[in-house]
Amino acid sequence: MSNSETFNLKAIWALPNDDLRKIVAVALVVCFFCAALVSATVVALRPLQQHNQAAFRAKNIVEVAGIWQPGSPISPAEALKSLEQVWVELGTGRVLDTPPPLPADPQKIARDPNWSQPLARSEDPARIKRQPKVMPVYLKRDANGKVTVIVLPIHGSGLWSTMWGFLALEGDGTTIRGLKFYQQAETPGLGGEVENPKWRALWHGKRAFDEQGQVAIHVVKGRVDPNTPEAQFAVDGLAGATLTSKGVDQTVRFWLSERAYGPFLQSLRSKGDGQ
Amino acid sequence: MSEIKKTLTQPIVANNPIILQVLGICSALAVTSKLSTALTMAIALTLVTAFSNLFISLIREHIPGSIRIIIQMTIISTLVIVVDQFLKAFAFEISRELSVFVGLIITNCIVMGRAEAYAMSHPPVASFWDGIGNGLGYSAILLTVGFVRELLGSGTLFGYPVLLTVNDGGWYVPNGLLLLPPSAFFLIGLIIWAVRTGQPKQRETAEFRVRPAPQSEGV
Amino acid sequence: MELLNLFITAVFIENLALSFFLGMCTFLAISKKIETAIGLGIAVVVVQSLTVPLNNLINHYLLAEGALAWAGLPDVDLSFLGFLSFIGLIAAAVQVLEMFLDRYVPALYNALGIFLPLITVNCAILGGTLFMVERDYTFAESVVYGVGSGLGWALAIVLMAAVREKLKYADIPAGLQGLGSAFMTAGLMALGFMAFSGLKL
Repeated sequence: MSNSETFNLKAIWALPNDDLRKIVAVALVVCFFCAALVSATVVALRPLQQHNQAAFRAKNIVEVAGIWQPGSPISPAEALKSLEQVWVELGTGRVLDTPPPLPADPQKIARDPNWSQPLARSEDPARIKRQPKVMPVYLKRDANGKVTVIVLPIHGSGLWSTMWGFLALEGDGTTIRGLKFYQQAETPGLGGEVENPKWRALWHGKRAFDEQGQVAIHVVKGRVDPNTPEAQFAVDGLAGATLTSKGVDQTVRFWLSERAYGPFLQSLRSKGDGQ
Repeated sequence: MSEIKKTLTQPIVANNPIILQVLGICSALAVTSKLSTALTMAIALTLVTAFSNLFISLIREHIPGSIRIIIQMTIISTLVIVVDQFLKAFAFEISRELSVFVGLIITNCIVMGRAEAYAMSHPPVASFWDGIGNGLGYSAILLTVGFVRELLGSGTLFGYPVLLTVNDGGWYVPNGLLLLPPSAFFLIGLIIWAVRTGQPKQRETAEFRVRPAPQSEGV
Repeated sequence: MELLNLFITAVFIENLALSFFLGMCTFLAISKKIETAIGLGIAVVVVQSLTVPLNNLINHYLLAEGALAWAGLPDVDLSFLGFLSFIGLIAAAVQVLEMFLDRYVPALYNALGIFLPLITVNCAILGGTLFMVERDYTFAESVVYGVGSGLGWALAIVLMAAVREKLKYADIPAGLQGLGSAFMTAGLMALGFMAFSGLKL
């Protein structure tokens, strides 16, 4: 080894460990290898991860719409193709002609400073702090172009966490088809039961709006008495999870209200054909 | 061969990282309410410990003392990112449930502790097996706790119903306490008690003893 | 007002040690004496108050999706480098803090010295940063959250040490002596802290 070659790796390797050149060299070599390994993994696995994310979204949408169950012969992504995605302006109900430059991911939209606005505490029952200005809504139409299923993305605070989910309505814009939260961190076994299929099934067939078009659906504490006329607007609360139930109640009512999807659903109801 | 076997089996009961070395407890509490997350976490941690031990041992003679911790951290977090990316690609739904806890493997003291205590002074192959062994010790506790918590807390194992719960129309009233993280403290405390009863060497001596009541005459 | 609420939430309701169980290894290992628990607690508060805001800056200006827009690279998403950068910054911050204290505040260095290296591997520190990223705190919020979550952890370990000092005099079965009873105590304390759950500020 000639000692003039300061940058000869072997020479540096042979230096004592507390030599500054050795310290820098070791740090650089380790960083280089680690960076290469991380980057290679990320680049190699990214397509697969994006595929997973898309499949997960598709699965939630088609499951809540009731057009796909686990075990169905087609894949969720395949089933999703039968739905039409439209961008709805919240508060006005206007359907945007040109899709905004946004990913169809409610979590990203709710964070985007250009596409969401802060909510004051008094007008924020679902405690989401920022309200998106637009949301991607999914519609299923029958052969005549009549809307038969509406899937609305919703989110709101439960006891511990922000719960992200979808609410599906029939084409009449008021009968509920299903509700599903796909991301939540509520108390397992109590509030976490929002994901229990048995409880989710209770929502099916309930009515979201009363005759005057006011939001009427609500979650009660305990059980709904099926003999009262109110029963069609009420869902049993989760046992032992008063605050999560209240969170679901506030979330659903907020998103159906005038401030959010209300006007859009109103226009669907009055036109009858969704056009 | 017997050396390797010893390195491998020693940490499972006799020198368990969680219950004797007090390492890696955070995740043991947070991810054990279900067996599936506990198993994923156990595999991820075992792999990270084994490979970080291997790599650190490979370059142990060239790691300068002054930047030792940062070098170890860099290697460990690289491995954790790789594992995290693999989980997101191949076990997407479980990786969603584990959320930040995969990232927290970086600061899981088992990995760092074994790197510092073993890999820095032993050859690569032995270090690798030490990593696997300690990973298995961690896994044993995680799976035991996960088994009890999922079975009694939700009446299922790996998500399959074993005890049919009342919510699903069965007879079993699930014990909600076991789904809450504090229950893991009690379970691990009980495991420690059981192991130390079998292995008296591990017992800690009390600093103070209760003096036996003096033998008094009469009442 | 919002910030005060965040502070109280970080100290009590979302206590890193007793609600999220972070930093448990040091929590159980270094809580035998009140004095050492206080020393470690102060060290955690200092490091947490430094690293959470610093990591917030790193995340906002370097790593997050679209964060490099100021450099003319709006489409770059380096968030996969998060773990590596955050832990690197924590390790570096701890090392720099150690050197700084040694040089300028030797009294504090002597008090905290032995705890500082332990903090790099305290998951409460990295956990605080990861929660900050996940909840998308602004810079001001991250300062408050850093101080609050650090204080919460310190509070928990001091309380724990207080209980364990008394426990020394208890007549506990041989197998439960020491670590076993510490686990049980921590479980009971965590149940106590669950009473804060659901408080919304």
